[in-house]
Amino acid sequence: MTTTTSGTEIAQHLLDRVVIRFAGDSGDGMQLVGDRFTELSALFGNDLATLPDYPAEIRAPAGTVAGVSSFQVHISSSDVVTPGDAPNVLVAMNPAALRANLHDLTPGATVIVNVDGFDARDLTKAGYTTDPLEDGTLDAFTVYEVPVTSLTLQATEPLGVKRRDAERSKNFFALGLICWMYTRPTRPLVEWIEGRFASRPTVRDANLAALRAGRNFGETAELFDHPFRIEPASLPPGTYTNINGNTALAWGLIAAAELSGLPLVYASYPITPASDILHELSRRKRFGVRTIQAEDEIAAASIALGAAFSGALAVTGTSGPGLDLKAEMLGLAVSLELPMVVVDVQRAGPSTGMPTKTEQTDLLLALHGRHGEAPLPVVAARSPSHCIDTALEAARIAVRSRTPVILLTDGYLANGTEPWRLPDPSALTPIDVDLTTEENHTDPDGRRVYWPYLRDPATLARSWALPGVPGLQHRIGGIEKQDGTGNISYQPENHERMVRLRRAKIDALGTDPVVASGLELDLQDGADLLVVGWGSTWGAITGAVRRLRDDGHRVAQAHLTRLDPLPLQLVDLLVTHPKVVCAELNLGQLTGVLRDRSLRDVRGIHQVSGLPFTARELARRLAEELDQ
Amino acid sequence: MTDVRGVRGVTPVELTRKDFMSDQELRWCPGCGDYGILAALQLMLPELDIPPHEMVFVSGIGCAARLPYYMNTYGVHSIHGRAPAVATGVALTRPDLSVWVIGGDGDMLSIGGNHLLHALRRNVDLTILMLNNQIYGLTKGQYSPTSGVGKVTKSTPFGSVDHPFNPVSVALGAEATFVARTHDTDRNHMQEIFRRAHDHHGAAFVEVYQNCNVFNDGAFDDLLRRDARPDMLIPLRHGEPVRFGAEGQRGVALNEFAELVVGDVDDLGEDRLLIHDEHRPDATLAFALSRLAADPHTPTPIGVFRDVRRPVYEDEVSTQIEAEVERRGRGTLEELFRSGATWTVD
Repeated sequence: MTTTTSGTEIAQHLLDRVVIRFAGDSGDGMQLVGDRFTELSALFGNDLATLPDYPAEIRAPAGTVAGVSSFQVHISSSDVVTPGDAPNVLVAMNPAALRANLHDLTPGATVIVNVDGFDARDLTKAGYTTDPLEDGTLDAFTVYEVPVTSLTLQATEPLGVKRRDAERSKNFFALGLICWMYTRPTRPLVEWIEGRFASRPTVRDANLAALRAGRNFGETAELFDHPFRIEPASLPPGTYTNINGNTALAWGLIAAAELSGLPLVYASYPITPASDILHELSRRKRFGVRTIQAEDEIAAASIALGAAFSGALAVTGTSGPGLDLKAEMLGLAVSLELPMVVVDVQRAGPSTGMPTKTEQTDLLLALHGRHGEAPLPVVAARSPSHCIDTALEAARIAVRSRTPVILLTDGYLANGTEPWRLPDPSALTPIDVDLTTEENHTDPDGRRVYWPYLRDPATLARSWALPGVPGLQHRIGGIEKQDGTGNISYQPENHERMVRLRRAKIDALGTDPVVASGLELDLQDGADLLVVGWGSTWGAITGAVRRLRDDGHRVAQAHLTRLDPLPLQLVDLLVTHPKVVCAELNLGQLTGVLRDRSLRDVRGIHQVSGLPFTARELARRLAEELDQ
Repeated sequence: MTDVRGVRGVTPVELTRKDFMSDQELRWCPGCGDYGILAALQLMLPELDIPPHEMVFVSGIGCAARLPYYMNTYGVHSIHGRAPAVATGVALTRPDLSVWVIGGDGDMLSIGGNHLLHALRRNVDLTILMLNNQIYGLTKGQYSPTSGVGKVTKSTPFGSVDHPFNPVSVALGAEATFVARTHDTDRNHMQEIFRRAHDHHGAAFVEVYQNCNVFNDGAFDDLLRRDARPDMLIPLRHGEPVRFGAEGQRGVALNEFAELVVGDVDDLGEDRLLIHDEHRPDATLAFALSRLAADPHTPTPIGVFRDVRRPVYEDEVSTQIEAEVERRGRGTLEELFRSGATWTVD
């Protein structure tokens, strides 16, 4: 398809979508240009999703495959649910970037290489014994060899910039070139550079010169036939912002504090990939947010518990290794029946594992990882912007049932972005806290007293009174308590009652009208297959189900955003579909739970590579299941 | 937002010990030093003029950690070692409350050592009472991080080979702004020290020598026997020379290596005696005083080692928030959601 836009003589190919991956050394600024290109595309009106992928080391050895950092963005004129399967375009700033990403390309893809980075030493560092530009490695692809570094140096030379500084602008050259190829207006980018580097005029000017040079190179060099155009997507009307999961989560927590009237206290210990939640909240002092960087993960949970006792919307955030450490405090919060949200941004484990890579391997830890019978609600976000809704839901449940709630996201959601349509804040549902402010029980001798464990008959939630209220002084602790009074009790029948009550309280959320269903359904009459997933795999599963339907299969999709209590409808769906497959980024954690609940032979599709599913691969594996 | 906090001063004008006693039966072993400590606390608290509903007692696990159950205040009996961190959460959320932390030597110096250090370093406004009996009582008699080398317990049948902590030195090393030591056999001294610890704005650490008559009876007898006290307790009094003994005949002075030595005043020379200054910004001399007694068998300083002012953690947090709100106005969700680049689809 070719079109000509008025005012320009250049013919443009109209595309429905494109997936671009910027790859280079971790010091090459690939995350930055990826972010910039994403924002430009968002402002232009495309729907999109992104997937950053970078090493945990701040500076892995330069030029090696281990040090490659990449950023993939999928932009489209229609609905986008994943960051894309395989890049249509790979920008490789050096041989290591080429080598690390080549296997993801499908034949026919475009590869733009910075030929200046391909001398013998660079090739050796990347592990190439022959030059891939010459040995036929790239025969299946359309390759553009661009001297990015030298052209950047030329463009910045008149500015008198030192060679080393000038070289650092080469990412903007690449960005300028891609902006030309995909007809992105660069005005917002110029403004961004001017603002960001205002205090460093030399850097600013070098980046601007590199950007212009890249763009002009596209226009004048006869390497490329035509630029491409991707029309704005027909998103529902409204105001949008592009948001990643960690920021969305932080905003959701602030919103929950506003909607509940409780002050937000966020206690956390630095850990990848959750630290950005702490960073975002620490900036937001104007919203009354109290953040504390605790001495360790245990302290962060302890501080949150103390804050909860004192009347805060108390939150602690971490990643898998930190959740291990918070287990004891979660047990106490279950016993004290205090509202608290624990965010786990899952990453590849066990132990340190791969801190910057994604997995869904903490599900069973979240569900069961505490001694004793210590049930608590577990919710999971299904996309970057859904982290806002999930934070609101977690806070709502925590406050309503006086319980700690674990909120699961993962590295993919934390750093991935998508457009989010801003809601009208006044239309958000308030969170009813229902604090107790006076004595709630009459003694046999007629005296009014306060019973901290007096329960709401519907939700089974206990009464919550805050320190500072005269007459409601009470002491609560981790020793088993007598229901009602909250006094220490070692009586067998009371313990049995309390253990069952704590479970029943969580189960009651399943039928609570104030609580969301926790289930996203896309059913199809007469479906041969039900695909079940949870959390961040929603996009990939949705994409895969669309493909299967396009191929004529009848497939239903059920996606869980609450893992405990499981949505009531789920078991029915599991037993009524001829085949059920559960797709998750672990070795079958939800799959086992579903089998247990339904006694069905639920099949599992599992991946533990540290990367999200691609819709293509998932569709292939689901098709295999259909064939069996 | 509804303000559910109580208003200071709405409770009885005249508070009594009874106002701070809960209806729970005390369950420490008969003869335990904790009884005297609880009594001293409950006798002193009415003097503070703070109603019980504005107090929170936080504890971890151990015999001492049961204390909050006996107080008619708000209280959390939390997890072994975690009390300073839980209390930090309380103080951070509610700077208006009077927050107390009660624990033992195992609770605060072993499993919870890290939390204690950081609560002191941050200078959270907490009054921390560490009841030191040099033994694990609740688990029935294992050696603790303050037990001396050679101590024979159930877990050290051949004698402990662990070098113990000196709690006052630890607190001073952790940048504590108020550090004191008292003991369970002198109610007046305890009340005085507890009151001063409470009055200190910031983290106050008090080591209380406490007798465990079941598992470590008489651990402090060398110091605390009535006839031993004059020669074994070195009372620290601000602005006065550090001296002790029935006739004040013993004293403490600096030697040529900048170390403190104990000796007869006649030998040391009266004008060379150390003048105790609680408010010295530098903690070196306070630390040196803490090193005088490596174990409770030689003359041991009691009283306030250090009392200095430093910005208080939760005050600083509040100040930053208030300054930002003052400077740019209270944030709204509308603003928050629009704080990144936005675009409109018609």
